Amino acid sequence: MLITCPYCGPRDVIEFTYQGDGNRERPQPASQDLDAWNAYVYNRLNPAGDHNEIWQHSGGCRAHLRVVRNTLTHEISSVAFARGDHKSVARHKTEGKS
Amino acid sequence: MAEYSAFSLLKNALTGNKDWKPAWRKPDPKASYDVIVIGGGGHGLSTAYYLAKEHGITNVAVLEKGWLGSGNVGRNTTAVRSNYLLPANTRFYEHSMKLWENLSHDLNYNVMFSQRGCLNLAHTPAQLDDFARRGNAMRHLGVDAELMTTAEIARLVPALDVSATARFPIVGGLMQRRAGTARHDAVAWGYARGADRRGVDIIENCEVTGFLRDGDRISGVTTSRGEIRARKVAVAVAGSTGQVMRLAGIDTMPIESHVLQAFVTESLKPFINTVLTFGMGHFYMSQSDKGGLVYGGDLDGYNSYAQRGSLPVVDEVMSEMLALFPGLARVRMLRSWGGVCDMSMDGSPIITIGPLPGMYLNCGWCYGGFKATPASGWCFAWTIAKDEPHDISAPFTLDRFHRGLVIDDKGQGPTPRLH
Repeated sequence: MLITCPYCGPRDVIEFTYQGDGNRERPQPASQDLDAWNAYVYNRLNPAGDHNEIWQHSGGCRAHLRVVRNTLTHEISSVAFARGDHKSVARHKTEGKS
Repeated sequence: MAEYSAFSLLKNALTGNKDWKPAWRKPDPKASYDVIVIGGGGHGLSTAYYLAKEHGITNVAVLEKGWLGSGNVGRNTTAVRSNYLLPANTRFYEHSMKLWENLSHDLNYNVMFSQRGCLNLAHTPAQLDDFARRGNAMRHLGVDAELMTTAEIARLVPALDVSATARFPIVGGLMQRRAGTARHDAVAWGYARGADRRGVDIIENCEVTGFLRDGDRISGVTTSRGEIRARKVAVAVAGSTGQVMRLAGIDTMPIESHVLQAFVTESLKPFINTVLTFGMGHFYMSQSDKGGLVYGGDLDGYNSYAQRGSLPVVDEVMSEMLALFPGLARVRMLRSWGGVCDMSMDGSPIITIGPLPGMYLNCGWCYGGFKATPASGWCFAWTIAKDEPHDISAPFTLDRFHRGLVIDDKGQGPTPRLH
């Protein structure tokens, strides 16, 4: 699998570290909403289809990347820097293939 | 009289093998059942078997999307062990071990359970201390465990590089003698036949496409072969848990699906007579009765529903094998494959009533589900039949994450790819 780093170009997956589901929203640090914290820590969409996820180019420029990858085919449809307003990247559809 | 016996083998051999019956029927689904089990893998089939055998509930359907045993029950590396650290896990897997020890007799089906032991290698004194702690925890609960010295290990596994100049010198190991391997296909077929003979309908090529509701209550399923109603619907679908729960309107679960690869080499003469695990990486190996070395390593490391793996992990697993056995460098790998694992947030399973009324859930087996097959079905059947958890499976609730009662044997935290 190749991931096209916006800074370094196409690189082999072994240069990257998977950092998991990119859909989770961390509550504000002062939040005492236990349900929101629990959901953030433990709940996953886990779609069979396009998945919005975070990778770090740990063997390259070390940038954190927001990748949309299909979990059935491993096809990557978008890669962007994770910094900034992540909501500008389309969130994946939750319906997926069932 | 037992259907399979020396006598029946001889009789059929002499009559041209014309009288063998199919091991299970191929019934069409009825309009309704007392219990529907979604998933015709090891856990679904053993659930149906123990529902019929232990609780007299025989009006049961097992719905399987593909063919029986096409998922993880036929994709694992067949190891059976109960060498866990935490009491909830130790008790559960030891219950499974005890069922394994009598399984061929119970099913009248030879599952080739072979208690050849499982040896975890330690490569540093600190690691050996940690193994001693786990061994003591096991023995405290009545499970067998013993520490082995390097000399004893060299006698048990002569091919192992136990020299001080090895890349990762071996300083000892933790052995569970009662651990071993079983033939995984036979486990699926044996449970299927046992359930079928007690009246359970095993319905293959029947994909669940949705759930029927009666008010809030789940009252059946829609499938590729029509609607089927049931008072109780049990879900045992491993890597597809998220997808099936989504059909019931539950979008998030404490589960990620990851692919785990397994490998087998060409047949060799007897080479290793135990299940061996490497302590400086993630690698485990045993030898099948056909002679192939069966082995595997880590998950690919990112969410996947593809039942195939990627090459970097192949490379890593092979290099770990050669670190232990330099002599295997020229042995050819025959096959590799992948299975989709339902990785939970603490590395432990979920066997529970709910989360919706009328529904029962069995999932989160990570990549250790094969050894759990008998106890998983046994406890799940109890839960379904009595509408309360058995003491052994009571800790494995779905809400334990939110209640702070996680069972994290490896202490990895909520990072499923690391369990």
